[in-house]
Amino acid sequence: MAHEATMPPVAGGHDDHEHHESPVVFGFWVYLMTDCILFGTLFAAFATLRHQYAGGPSGKEIFELGGVALETAILLLSSITFGFGALAAHAQKKGAFLGWLGITFLLGLSFVGLELREFTHMIAEGNGPDRSAFLSAFFTLVATHGLHVSTGLIWILVVMVQSLGGGAGPPRVMSKLTCLSLFWHFLDIVWICVFTFVYLLSVI
Amino acid sequence: MLGKLTFSAIPLDVPILVGTFIGVAVVGAAVLGLVTYYGKWGYLWREWLTSVDHKRLGVMYIILALVMLFRGFADAVMMRTQLALAYNGNPGYLPPHHYDQVFSAHGTIMIFFMAMAFMTGLFNIVVPLQIGARDVAFPFLNSLSFWMTTISAVLINVSLFIGEFAQCGWLAYPPISELKFSPGVGIDYYIWAVQLSGVGTLLTGVNFFTTIIKMRAPGMDLMHMPIFTWTALCASVLIMAAFPVLTVTLGCLSMDRYFGMHFFTNEAGGSVMLYLNMIWCWGHPEVYILVLPAFGVFSEVTSTFSGKPLFGYATMVYATLSITVLSFIVWVHHFFTMGAGPNVNAFFGIMTMIIAVPTGVKIFNWLFTMYKGRIEFHSTMYWTIGFMITFSIGGMTGVMMAMPAADWVLHNSLFLIAHFHNVIIGGVYFGYVAGMNFWFPKVFGFKLNEAWGKRAFYCWFVGFYLAFVPLYIAGFEGMTRRLNHYDNPDWHVQMLIAEVGVLTIACGVVCQLVQIYVSIRDRNLPQNIDYTGDPWNGRTLEWSISSPPPAYNFAVLPDIHGIDSFHTEKEMGRGTHKPLTDIHMPRNTAAGFFVGAFSFVLGFAAVWHIWWMAALGLIGVLLTVILRSNDNDIDYYVPVSEVTRDVEAQSRKLMAQAAE
Repeated sequence: MAHEATMPPVAGGHDDHEHHESPVVFGFWVYLMTDCILFGTLFAAFATLRHQYAGGPSGKEIFELGGVALETAILLLSSITFGFGALAAHAQKKGAFLGWLGITFLLGLSFVGLELREFTHMIAEGNGPDRSAFLSAFFTLVATHGLHVSTGLIWILVVMVQSLGGGAGPPRVMSKLTCLSLFWHFLDIVWICVFTFVYLLSVI
Repeated sequence: MLGKLTFSAIPLDVPILVGTFIGVAVVGAAVLGLVTYYGKWGYLWREWLTSVDHKRLGVMYIILALVMLFRGFADAVMMRTQLALAYNGNPGYLPPHHYDQVFSAHGTIMIFFMAMAFMTGLFNIVVPLQIGARDVAFPFLNSLSFWMTTISAVLINVSLFIGEFAQCGWLAYPPISELKFSPGVGIDYYIWAVQLSGVGTLLTGVNFFTTIIKMRAPGMDLMHMPIFTWTALCASVLIMAAFPVLTVTLGCLSMDRYFGMHFFTNEAGGSVMLYLNMIWCWGHPEVYILVLPAFGVFSEVTSTFSGKPLFGYATMVYATLSITVLSFIVWVHHFFTMGAGPNVNAFFGIMTMIIAVPTGVKIFNWLFTMYKGRIEFHSTMYWTIGFMITFSIGGMTGVMMAMPAADWVLHNSLFLIAHFHNVIIGGVYFGYVAGMNFWFPKVFGFKLNEAWGKRAFYCWFVGFYLAFVPLYIAGFEGMTRRLNHYDNPDWHVQMLIAEVGVLTIACGVVCQLVQIYVSIRDRNLPQNIDYTGDPWNGRTLEWSISSPPPAYNFAVLPDIHGIDSFHTEKEMGRGTHKPLTDIHMPRNTAAGFFVGAFSFVLGFAAVWHIWWMAALGLIGVLLTVILRSNDNDIDYYVPVSEVTRDVEAQSRKLMAQAAE
């Protein structure tokens, strides 16, 4: 749900007596921390079930680190390109902003594409999420991250379209962009944990 | 085309349900007819359903809570009546399949849709007024939260008439809640109703946390905040920390049910105990989410009606904070019998006993606030004193069960049932009702009837003991929970007394309805109207403005100099003389309503596996959110002329009152 894209700028008329920082970014931070707990719970479930192979394959047998490393590189790169986009937005350079966000979008899309390819490959070999508790926890955790990235992709599109219309960087678009950038970098951090605790620890 | 949904899903063969459906249909048609007859649809839509005003959302939350109280309480009466009858070969009138749905629905509805909705309603009405804010931080999200809660409540009630409800208790323990043992749609109704309302609750937590941190009136430090606001802050933190865990837990359960995964199944490496740990990681903080705001209400009521500042403000805050932290490290006491070993059980047993210490501190704070106070025996004080007695007993039985050895005997017995009703009715419910009586004049401008309020209290108080002390005894005698019928003559006596108790509580519910009716009927009597906006000689900011408050709450934002600043200013006869200005306010929006409506479509379709309809619902939600984010016309200014007019009208009322 991209509800976070829809917060009003400064609610409750608090802006007319002193200069409070807008609550939108703070509120979004707090929301991200709840998302962090959501992932933390999924990690806990994975940690509990990671050796429950039920006669099926272990992570070592089915994870292909090459593909995963490529996904990781792509996602980390997309955080850098997003950063350039944000800098361009602050410098009021609309063309550069749209360009960098477009590149970010393509990188994110290829991440999701690679992940889907990995999933279909595993399912085709009979190692789908219904094979064992380990695979259930693996698919759910990784797919939840993938779903977040997909939501981020929709959000990037929405912000790009919205910035086409209005003038350069009205406050509402800017605070939305800050939230989106928090969201995007946050997904990077989660992915680093996924890469470390799910893939690397299983393969070692 | 319609997934699993067929005509046979409508339970025409169960007379109780058919009768209920006819009743609901008649009442529903009457309400809709009345709205149409008086031509109020436009008013209802513009002023209420699309409102982002926190006071109106609060009122709608509490109406929802009262309706759900009615539903959940009807379930309670049915269960008690079944157990009074179903003895010694008599099967009673509820067959197990129906009875199991009734007890599952009772718990789910009372916690998620009665207590949570009531609590959120009180937050909405009180918190912005107490901190001197003009609305919450995210008014649109507030409306969205309300609609998510409401459509989930509708979804859970739809299960009465289309299909069935869950039959495995209010926490849907696997493996019985897995597809293998519960192939019907009951669990899916449970999952979707709780998940969708969970979205609303999580957003409420984020919203109120941000509001309290960012939007307090100038000069109001954290240690100047009223205690109710403190408890709302702590409950918001608990919501934000606990509800994501619930989302994941039920998410994993639905993965098992929808995609054949093995999180909690018996086979393929699933772990039932993982579910228990996860659900109680949410579940134990949840009871503190509910009870902390009730403690907040009692603090406000006690100091107001004792005419004294609260005894030990700082210790009250620290006690609240320590409960907030401790509530996360006691969850295993819900399943000492799991076999985690003596060390683990001892740790959680000791932590559970420790949590009684800050709670005891609070009880003494209230007692010392009353000590040598000029106590006015208002009905809210009745609820408060009733709470102190009842909750202390419930707390002590809780400490009894915190001993793992005792818990092995009492686990899942009626003793447990009596214990948690003892704290939830005696703590949470008494508190919320006191809060409703306390803040009602602020919202509507007239007081609730005292006589009927006290009658309601006596019926609830006496009824509670009649209904639940027998359950303690039956629990000691070995009667377990969720029994459909039994043949032990010792238990039957207790069940009969409990039946009398539940009927006494029913009188209490009737008294509350009469109280509301009588109060509305007599609202224009001079002794009932709240001219001043400060009917109880209150201490906190909400009493400094007119009743009902204008949409923008405060014409000028107050300056705060300490605890109970309003009361100090009142004693010293000071007022604010800041110039009036235009006021920036959020505009009403229908987006929350539509996100809710599409989420309902999504939930209902997913329950019945109607995938095209679920896709439509999801697309509807996404589109509504995107459209809303494109909308730039989301706020407006109240012109200074209108503010001036309101302020002058209020001072005329005050002068007229003073002249009498």
